[in-house]
Amino acid sequence: MFKYANPTRFMALSGAMLPWCTAATVALLAAGLYMSLVTAPTDYQQGETVRIMFIHVPAAWMALCVYTVMAIASAVALIWRHPLADVAAKTAAPIGACFTFLALVTGSLWGKPMWGAWWVWDARLTSVLVLFLLYLGYIAVWQTIDEPVKAARIAAIVALVGFVNVPIIKFSVEWWNSLHQPASVLRVDGPAIHSSILWPLLIMATAYTVLFLTLHLVAMRGEILSRRVRQLQLARLEG
Amino acid sequence: MSAVLALIRRDLLLSYRLGGGAGTAIGFFLVVVTLLPLGLGPDNALLGRIAPGAIWVALLLSVLLSVDRVFQSDYEDGSLELMALAPMSLELVVICKTAAHWLTTGLPLALSAPLFGLLLNLAPETMLPLVLSTVIGSPALSFIGTVGAALTVGIRRGGLLLSLLILPLYVPILIFGVSAATGLNAGPDLLTPSLMVLVALSLASLVLCPIAAAAAIRSHFT
Repeated sequence: MFKYANPTRFMALSGAMLPWCTAATVALLAAGLYMSLVTAPTDYQQGETVRIMFIHVPAAWMALCVYTVMAIASAVALIWRHPLADVAAKTAAPIGACFTFLALVTGSLWGKPMWGAWWVWDARLTSVLVLFLLYLGYIAVWQTIDEPVKAARIAAIVALVGFVNVPIIKFSVEWWNSLHQPASVLRVDGPAIHSSILWPLLIMATAYTVLFLTLHLVAMRGEILSRRVRQLQLARLEG
Repeated sequence: MSAVLALIRRDLLLSYRLGGGAGTAIGFFLVVVTLLPLGLGPDNALLGRIAPGAIWVALLLSVLLSVDRVFQSDYEDGSLELMALAPMSLELVVICKTAAHWLTTGLPLALSAPLFGLLLNLAPETMLPLVLSTVIGSPALSFIGTVGAALTVGIRRGGLLLSLLILPLYVPILIFGVSAATGLNAGPDLLTPSLMVLVALSLASLVLCPIAAAAAIRSHFT
């Protein structure tokens, strides 16, 4: 881990990885979208709207996954003062917020024909909405505090406090109300959905993960470069 | 131990002498409770049904609006920096200051909740559960609020950021608080599962929040 803490080494490595990641994202997304939007069977109850699920479910997974990445990066930044970790945490947040937003919007589009309302105050919808608010709070910290070192430490604490709270919020909201269907892929007795739907779903999930990796690398490179520009500008002003 | 008492006593005295403590918070509470029927219409049955939830939301907002004072003035006059450097652990300082905040805001608000319940046509048998749930839940509100106050102390335009950071974390307390206040009508037993969870949330926040708040304060001074 510490071997790649050097930003210069990271730039070289990520520059080499980026074309491959982009190609993998395009290929997986194309295959996943073709399978889910064309070849996957329609549901006997839900009809064509079932296809929204292939966009929606991986986005919801990624919403949680990216928050976890952010929290781990924040912990690493706080504990070891790893120079790349707060870059990783900072740049992951907007991407994660986009996935969360995508999950909320597609869920709402699916809910209109299925439940008859754009929004219902069901447990999962509410907890994802709260997750979205946590992302917004984290992004707001970076935007409000001018001093980068202080902003990094405050933001890291915010991310960790939020991470501890995510399961509590999820549990409490579920206690409060539940209308959304329970988990059907990750279960002890094996997936409860048919393989013709499971495969496109898993390919879409992989595609989203690689998409996140690509976007995250691009965003981290951009952040490192903009910090260098800032340092050069400061050096020129002083010199 | 004497340092703990001295710190709590100092904060209580400050809040008493400078004003803007319990009195203002209760005034704010009253305004929210007054505005609610004006917005929803004077239907007594409806008001009675939403009263516990409305009182809990008003409680959250009052705590949120008062919590930024916990560190602000100490940060401005430099005493917070001295407390951070003092031999007494900063986590303990945070606990003392939070306790003082709770004694001047959370506790008076919780005890006056039934009075405001009368204004909202709260059912008489819900009064005791409501007081219990607000008294037990409000320490958690103060502790989580203190984390937000510690994170945003000394930041310009920190107030809006504070509410964006803290209100989502209040979701579990709101849910179990309202559930403990309303779910009791079924039986004579006061110890419902919701109340137990509320106790757990308050105790957990007593342990975890000072660590986060102290870390946040330290990061302001490095």
